[in-house]
Amino acid sequence: MKRIVNLNTLNAVNRKKQLMKNKSLVSITDYTKEDYLRILALAEEFEKYPDSTILKDKVVATLFFEPSTRTRLSFESAVLKMGGKVIGFSDSTSTSVTKGETLYDTIKIVSNYCDLIVMRHPLEGAARYASELTSIPVINAGDGANQHPTQTLLDLYSILKTQGTLDNLIIFMVGDLKYGRTVHSLLMAMSQFRTSFHFVSPDELKMPEEYKYYLNCLGLKYSEQKDLTGNITTADIIYMTRVQKERFSDPIEYERTKNAYVLKNKMLEGTKENMRVLHPLPRVNEIDQDVDMNPKAYYFMQALNGVFVRQAIITSILGLK
Amino acid sequence: MKDKKLEVSAIENGTVIDHIPAKALFKVISILGLDRLDRQITFGTNLDSKKLGKKAIVKLSDTFFIDKEINKIALVAPQAKLNIIRDYRVIEKKVVEVPEEIIGIAKCMNPKCITNNEKIVTRFRVVSPSEVKLKCHYCEKITDQEHIEIL
Repeated sequence: MKRIVNLNTLNAVNRKKQLMKNKSLVSITDYTKEDYLRILALAEEFEKYPDSTILKDKVVATLFFEPSTRTRLSFESAVLKMGGKVIGFSDSTSTSVTKGETLYDTIKIVSNYCDLIVMRHPLEGAARYASELTSIPVINAGDGANQHPTQTLLDLYSILKTQGTLDNLIIFMVGDLKYGRTVHSLLMAMSQFRTSFHFVSPDELKMPEEYKYYLNCLGLKYSEQKDLTGNITTADIIYMTRVQKERFSDPIEYERTKNAYVLKNKMLEGTKENMRVLHPLPRVNEIDQDVDMNPKAYYFMQALNGVFVRQAIITSILGLK
Repeated sequence: MKDKKLEVSAIENGTVIDHIPAKALFKVISILGLDRLDRQITFGTNLDSKKLGKKAIVKLSDTFFIDKEINKIALVAPQAKLNIIRDYRVIEKKVVEVPEEIIGIAKCMNPKCITNNEKIVTRFRVVSPSEVKLKCHYCEKITDQEHIEIL
């Protein structure tokens, strides 16, 4: 009997592996809850048991049509650590794009040279379009203000690692909740795990109605507040984001509110032992440097987790794991 | 004194599209490609309507539509009604239904969408049929009824 159960489990694992193979990852909703958990388990495996040969003979193209530091380097680091090779560009000014080449042509050509495409593009929907132009799988590394699914998966991994679970957590999202794509994707993903959300933002940058409507439909609790004080002692995760000046229609309003969304070490007094501060980075001034020494500051570790998670995603999509 | 009213004559065979919001008439013409049709067509617009304020009506002689084709106008005229005429008699009444997917008709309102920057056939999923809201397959942004622009 036990053997049958094991075989069934094995079959389910193989089925999942086949389903995720060659499937592009453009939007966080392309993956199910089971897919997230599979990627997180693989990321843990890569963290514990590095594999420097699994990507031997594979070529990954990183096409960055707009600049990025962390995302591109962490993808390239992930590929190189697994013995793969990277081709690509970090700035479209050095490519035929400047000669007026369409994305259509670029993708068609690059597809001949690689096994996987990782792309960032300033236009929204560019990655979805690219994924429809080629039989090579595409990983979206950010398309304008739309999606950045690998960031969300590394956020999930950071939450799982620090909390030991993804279920029933209390998450404070702070700062620009209106335009920040990371908070929107994280909300979509974490809503699968019965999360309670607290949204802390100025009026101008509140969480859009469509996301609150989505939480209402799922029967999940959330609250909204303007101040980052008081009840943060209940938080398991504080997810900080940048409040950008250019988002405000009234510059005086920006000056009035900007300091209300700066996290200082003193504010962490009385917070839970397990609480961790996350930030997708880069930060400007929204987390005071005096927080960095606090063991509850996790944002630099979060960036390291990006490599393991991207190793997991790449090998899963290439059908190697 | 005789009542001087312009009578729009009845058609023998064809389709009457009624309850088009007056401001949507030219969009309906464009979506159905009526400007390229060589049959007899009569338009009336800015007619009084209790439901719509001002409405438009289109009478098309010897022209019939398949549902899939006519449903495209639901984007701009969700309350439109069709009368199918044979031998001057209405043999069938139809209402338009908003399709689940809209391909190649509407423009995405997001200027940063890839479809507004490369030559791509637009694709939307209809997320709210009552008050039409279109979710772009590419940039995932919503285009609402007020901002629907026909390509």
